[in-house]
Amino acid sequence: MLKGQIMMNIMKRLATAFAVAIALCLGAQAAFAQSATLKAVQDRGVLNCGANGQLAGFGMPDPQGNWTGFDVDFCRAIAAAIFNDPTKVKFVPLIAANRFTALQSGEVDVLSRNTTWTMERDTTLGIDFAAVNFYDGQGFMVRKALKVNSALELNDASVCVQQGTTTELNLADYFRQNHMSLKSVTFATIDEAIKAYDSSRCDSFTTDSSGLYASRLQLADPNANIVLPEIISKEPLSPAVRQGDDTWEDIVRWTHYAMVDAEELGVNQHNVDDMLKSDAPDIRRLLGVEGQFGVSLGLTKDWAYRIIKEVGNYGESFERNVGQGSPLKIARGLNALWTKGGLQYGLPIR
Amino acid sequence: MPQSMRSPPSSQAARRTGNIALQVALVVIVGGIAYAAIHNAAQNLAEAHIASGFGFWNNTAGFDISQTLIDYSASTSTFGRAFWVGLLNTLLVSGIGIVIATVLGFAVGIARLSRNWLVSHLAGGYVELIRNVPLLLQLLFWYNSVLRALPLVRGSVSLPGGGLLNNRGLFLPRPEFSPGFEYVLVALLLGIAASIVLRLWARRRQDRTGEPMRIFWIAFGLIVVMPAVAFVATGAPLSFSFPTTGRFNVMGGVEILPEFAALLLALSIYTAAFIAEVVRAGILAVPHGQTEAAQALGLRPSTALRYVIVPQAMRVIVPPLTSQYLNLIKNSSLAVAIGYPDLVQVFAGSVLNLTGQAVEVVAITMAVYLFISLVTSLLMNLYGYAIAAEER
Amino acid sequence: MAATAERNYLRTAPAERLPSPAERAGMFGWLRENLFSSRGDIALTLICILFIVWAVPPLLRFFLLDAAWSGNDREACLASPQLPEPGACWAFVRVWFSYFVYGFYPLFERWRVDLFFVALAVGIGWLAWLSAPRRDLGAVYFFIVLPALSCALLSGAPRLGLIDIPTALWGGVLVTIVVATVGIVASLPLGILLALARRSELPVVKFIAVTFIEFVRGVPLITVLFMASVMLPLFVPERLSPDKLLRALIGVALFASAYMAEVVRGGLAAIPRGQYEAAQALGLPYWRMMALVILPQALRVTLPNIVNTFIGLFKDTTLVFIVGIFDFLRTIEAARADPRWATPVTSVTGYAFAALFYFICCYGMSRYARNVETRLARAHRR
Repeated sequence: MLKGQIMMNIMKRLATAFAVAIALCLGAQAAFAQSATLKAVQDRGVLNCGANGQLAGFGMPDPQGNWTGFDVDFCRAIAAAIFNDPTKVKFVPLIAANRFTALQSGEVDVLSRNTTWTMERDTTLGIDFAAVNFYDGQGFMVRKALKVNSALELNDASVCVQQGTTTELNLADYFRQNHMSLKSVTFATIDEAIKAYDSSRCDSFTTDSSGLYASRLQLADPNANIVLPEIISKEPLSPAVRQGDDTWEDIVRWTHYAMVDAEELGVNQHNVDDMLKSDAPDIRRLLGVEGQFGVSLGLTKDWAYRIIKEVGNYGESFERNVGQGSPLKIARGLNALWTKGGLQYGLPIR
Repeated sequence: MPQSMRSPPSSQAARRTGNIALQVALVVIVGGIAYAAIHNAAQNLAEAHIASGFGFWNNTAGFDISQTLIDYSASTSTFGRAFWVGLLNTLLVSGIGIVIATVLGFAVGIARLSRNWLVSHLAGGYVELIRNVPLLLQLLFWYNSVLRALPLVRGSVSLPGGGLLNNRGLFLPRPEFSPGFEYVLVALLLGIAASIVLRLWARRRQDRTGEPMRIFWIAFGLIVVMPAVAFVATGAPLSFSFPTTGRFNVMGGVEILPEFAALLLALSIYTAAFIAEVVRAGILAVPHGQTEAAQALGLRPSTALRYVIVPQAMRVIVPPLTSQYLNLIKNSSLAVAIGYPDLVQVFAGSVLNLTGQAVEVVAITMAVYLFISLVTSLLMNLYGYAIAAEER
Repeated sequence: MAATAERNYLRTAPAERLPSPAERAGMFGWLRENLFSSRGDIALTLICILFIVWAVPPLLRFFLLDAAWSGNDREACLASPQLPEPGACWAFVRVWFSYFVYGFYPLFERWRVDLFFVALAVGIGWLAWLSAPRRDLGAVYFFIVLPALSCALLSGAPRLGLIDIPTALWGGVLVTIVVATVGIVASLPLGILLALARRSELPVVKFIAVTFIEFVRGVPLITVLFMASVMLPLFVPERLSPDKLLRALIGVALFASAYMAEVVRGGLAAIPRGQYEAAQALGLPYWRMMALVILPQALRVTLPNIVNTFIGLFKDTTLVFIVGIFDFLRTIEAARADPRWATPVTSVTGYAFAALFYFICCYGMSRYARNVETRLARAHRR
């Protein structure tokens, strides 16, 4: 055969392949415009959830690969509402550096990874925050031996911090505001920052105070370290979804409020079956005995019942993962119900 | 290649058409893929409402950087400024790393060829051990195991000359210049210039008359004694501020971060092992007859090495040495693993996360490394031409 | 010697008589020749001996004699009155060993990983043993059968009764080997194509190849991985967005193919022109000439360099750590943060174990490359 002919053949084949590739691209784009996240999740049979993976109490797998934590529970609650099965979640461990890309690119359906709701993130990253499920604030941890009682005494101290977070910005702001000089040492992951602090590379370690309690457990001697009283920032942590799928955002948002409402109404994992027989209209609407609230989300009307049955109410999830029932022992504080002096306020289901 | 074949004209014409068609097809495919990628990216970004463009460059950075060679403050400096800080840190660690790796690499490479059995085998062991363990692992080892084992601030080791060493880094006295010091600098520069001229003249004289001239002591006088006299004459316009331990950290002095030290150590030691192999191969490439000829001329081994072997070996060594330098520069990006604020850590780390503009940031980062690589290759090629030109 | 006078190029007096040559045979002869041949030599030898005496016994003590070999938590490795300076904590490695090998891969499915290791070992043995039977079949096995088999084995094939294991659960040595193997399997064919393109006389083909190769070789692997992990998802339609490990694999494969292209190009350049001309004289068209005559020879002479590139690739797999993938080194890093094992010696032990693993693999491969090289050199001389 002549070489020219072979070339022509190859060229023809390449041209065909190219045409197919282009067609695929266009087709895929057309398909995207009409698909909703819920549909994709249902077709897939599993919810892709972006979680932390390194933060005890919030999101961390054990050596067998079972994920537990407060943020993990939230994804399980969504899965329970959709599939009536809290195990139909695939957890994708994300570091701070790639969490938004993972959400933007569609790798995960929901980002439940102690992420602070800020205006900039809400408006420029192409994501939407659903509801604040943990009111947090940035704090400092120091070694007791340093005899520091207040963050204001940290002038000239070295502080280990994770890069690319609001924490890094708040730290610089706080020191500047109080005319203190700062030596920050930044690390790509929180693990590295904690290890550096533990080996005395820094005098102090800073992150959200929930994270401080969690990381304290990872230190060689947790009791030799204290968390300082100052909270230097507002860190409303919220699950996030991609912009542009409002129904999906509603599902995520109301999953949270259903859990809070359940706690307000005294419905928990153990009594939820009895509560089905309750006369209280609020409870009847919550559990789907009355009304079609779940159906308007694209789910079933017993969606909230499933969440409470499989995962529990807000308070149960809190205590089990980060509160008194966990090694972290974080007080409810701002996360108590509004009726008990906190900020968690369930929106009415009606 | 096949195109140089003699074949009937018609078949040649067909082949030419085929070639052109192939190339056109390739252009269309590559262009198409690029277009599809850009189109997708634009669409994905627009759909996701992600900001794009380089507007972020002049926004306030807001984060602190632990090592800055130029003025930088979290509150006022921009992302653009942070970029320059990171780039300079990359260049600093690469530049010093290249010098140390070269010196160490040449020493080990020559030691591997030593006639002393122990020396050559120790050098060989060094090369094998270092070359076969990943750089990242070595870096983590230096940073997390060796430097973390240094004493705490309170137990700092005092070094002779007023330095301090602890797990926060190495602290050296900072020189403080008073007016009058510029005369000392001028004297030093003059001394260096005069020594270079003297050396050129001595070379030429040796070429002409065959008489070598010892210029070491004269050069010593010019470069050391002359500035020293100027220093005393202007009334010693130099003082040092010594580092002292404060409540948390060391105050004052020049600070060398442990992250910097670990990266420098790992890069130099790793690259030196490769340079040693390059040097060994280069020296082995010089025919043995050259050594024998030098001996026959009565040159001492050290003189033979310096004037006969190394200049010839250098021509073989320079191209692979260049690629080792490039590797070192590229490998300096591993800084991100230990928190040394280099270009990747600051720019592709903090800035990328704070702005969320992955495409722009990664593109800029890659462009910078490409540029550095090109400039380094260019310089080394110029040096290669310079030493090749001596061939007669 | 007599030539020490300041400015003598020529002797003017007869040279001094040299002493009779020293004994060269026997142990003392060897010692004198190799260790104590001159005053400088003696000094060097002494320095080396001092260095060895200073360095080796503490290392031995730390890693072997004083090491803790068993135990369930850090108590085993802490300082005690009997052992004020404890040695390496090998108990830590023992407890975490299966995590280092498999990551979070489900316990009951780990036989699949073991089977993959065996299948891979067979493939490597087949290709690396130069006189193995049917090495052409070996290549088919390694480049076509093995990838398909491994994919089904590792990530799952529900139709064959193998449940899906998401790549997020993979970890440790498994990931390291997968990344390295995919790197070599993908980069060799790509590299050959790129090398041919770069040597092509068609300007456009050559230009594209040169641009790609020089671009990739000019940037650090980390930035390529960053690109693959944060930019790639934006470049493809959302539906096709690949998973995290796959993205890293694409990055590694592209990166390795540029380096492989240069190695293959070196091999192509080493083939004498006569071979091209002979093939053309036989009337072979371009692709058949390359496939039947040139490439087999070029790949053979360049095999040592291919192995060396692979060693580089194997070490570079550690970088996927930085984009958040649990390779072997990352599992070491994760385990060493475990507070139950927090001791001053845990990190060193973990790193020593990792270094041992990488050293054995890389050194083995480099010895192999050297053997092939000497063998080829011998064949060439004949």
